Amino acid sequence: MKWVVAALAVVPLVASSNTLLNFGVTVLIVALAAQGWNVIGGLAGQLSFGHAAFYGVGAYTAALLQLRFGWNAYAAAGAGIVAGAALGAAIGALVFRAGLRGSYFALVTLAFAEVLRILANASPGTGGAAGLLLPLDAQPSNFQFASRVAFYAVALAYVAAALAITHAITRSRFGAQLAAVRENEDAARALGIDALRVKVQAMTLSAAITAAAGVLYLQFYLYIDSGIAFGPAVSVTALLAPVIGGVGTVFGPLVGALALEGLGTVTRIVGGSRAGVDQVLFGILLIAAIAFMPGGLVGRLSRR
Amino acid sequence: MTVVLKVEGVSKAYGGLLAVADASLAIEAGTITGLIGPNGAGKTTLFAIIAGFVRPSSGQVFYDGRDITDLPAHQRARLGVVRTFQIVQPFAGLTVRENIAVGAHLRHAGRTAALGFATAVAARLGLSDELDKPASALTVAGRKRLELARALATEPTLLLLDEVLAGLNPSEIAAMLPVLRAIAAGGVTVLMIEHVMQAVMQLCTAIHVLAQGRIIAAGPPAAICADPAVIEAYFGAGAAAHA
Repeated sequence: MKWVVAALAVVPLVASSNTLLNFGVTVLIVALAAQGWNVIGGLAGQLSFGHAAFYGVGAYTAALLQLRFGWNAYAAAGAGIVAGAALGAAIGALVFRAGLRGSYFALVTLAFAEVLRILANASPGTGGAAGLLLPLDAQPSNFQFASRVAFYAVALAYVAAALAITHAITRSRFGAQLAAVRENEDAARALGIDALRVKVQAMTLSAAITAAAGVLYLQFYLYIDSGIAFGPAVSVTALLAPVIGGVGTVFGPLVGALALEGLGTVTRIVGGSRAGVDQVLFGILLIAAIAFMPGGLVGRLSRR
Repeated sequence: MTVVLKVEGVSKAYGGLLAVADASLAIEAGTITGLIGPNGAGKTTLFAIIAGFVRPSSGQVFYDGRDITDLPAHQRARLGVVRTFQIVQPFAGLTVRENIAVGAHLRHAGRTAALGFATAVAARLGLSDELDKPASALTVAGRKRLELARALATEPTLLLLDEVLAGLNPSEIAAMLPVLRAIAAGGVTVLMIEHVMQAVMQLCTAIHVLAQGRIIAAGPPAAICADPAVIEAYFGAGAAAHA
């Protein structure tokens, strides 16, 4: 893991062009959102289709606290992550207590994200359809950086932390309990595992990590609207990256984010102005990945 | 002898169907007790009620003198009441060692300790050579052993075995008997649902017979075999007269 992080850390030294750094930051933000999804979707096997809910709540909380209440950006970022975690705990407690699994779980999470998107779009308090714009004031004390290299480093630190957390879970009792619940919930309960509790815990952590990705997006682009923050595209990307990279693996989300964003960029260049070409390709890719590469890229490599 | 498990007047209705009807039984510590009965008698339902997977419509379950009727399954497992499943439920994506370690984690927080304990339990059940195989690669006999190993790794005090011998061939059954005896000798009380009568006769000190949801007989194996009510439950009304 150290080597992967180190390799990503030298990227700015080799490539100093803004285009490449923008690409790098985008990959890291997507990777972070996907790492969050991977905790509940990969480790615990509960396939969420609505992680935009957490991404968006993280971003909107951080933006509103700065704009409306004058909070410091770092405090607001922390609050955004906590808000995401709280929402994750609340949705998890509701949905898992109701015993929803599989496609029912996926549909309900999607519904939560969509409701939040519509609310954010309709309510004047959240800027409505115009969205929220953070005033540009590029100072490190503001969680804004004049240099993209600095922001890249911050995003990399978040991703590295999420890698470390995932790695630690896979080697812990909590990880074993999640794997047991994922593989067979009844058998897990028979062996003394409080399935509801571990799923809610996983959902909370998962939501917190994805909310952090939303916060990073906000601080990088300084602008969010309901579609950017809560749109289904966010949910799809957060789940597609781990599926392509390797569900439930430590590195899968990062590898998948890199592959996905790389491919997306290439198709946007090749496809030119034809909007949605990359989305069509993502759809095909998802089907192909599930049909031919159930272990994802990481699973494929590690099997050889 | 002390009674570890007491089931009192337990019933379970599914709509109009009474799966378990006013069943009562008591299990003494350190024994192997059999629960037998024709197919559809309600044995597995009664097991599920004792293990906390099914809530009874009425009646109570006591463990060590404590009313556990309202405790969920995972809390009963913490108290030491652990079941296996008739249809084995391995964690298919995990290795044999990891499967057993899930059980071991109940009393061992650390991964190293849990994996170490899992290895030791596997040795007791003759699974040492299979430790790194995926659970899905095991034979039926191997899966039955894994089911047992996982439950044992939780260090239970009362083990509920739902047909661990079903699907095994005679030599595999013969190999399992000493394993089950050793478990009981280690101080674990065992309640087993079993159709393999030879094994029940050899292992159990007491047998309860369930038919159409009711306990129709209870006692030592020899008395149960001669009980006309039991013979009729298995072979039909009037069969006892010809026995």
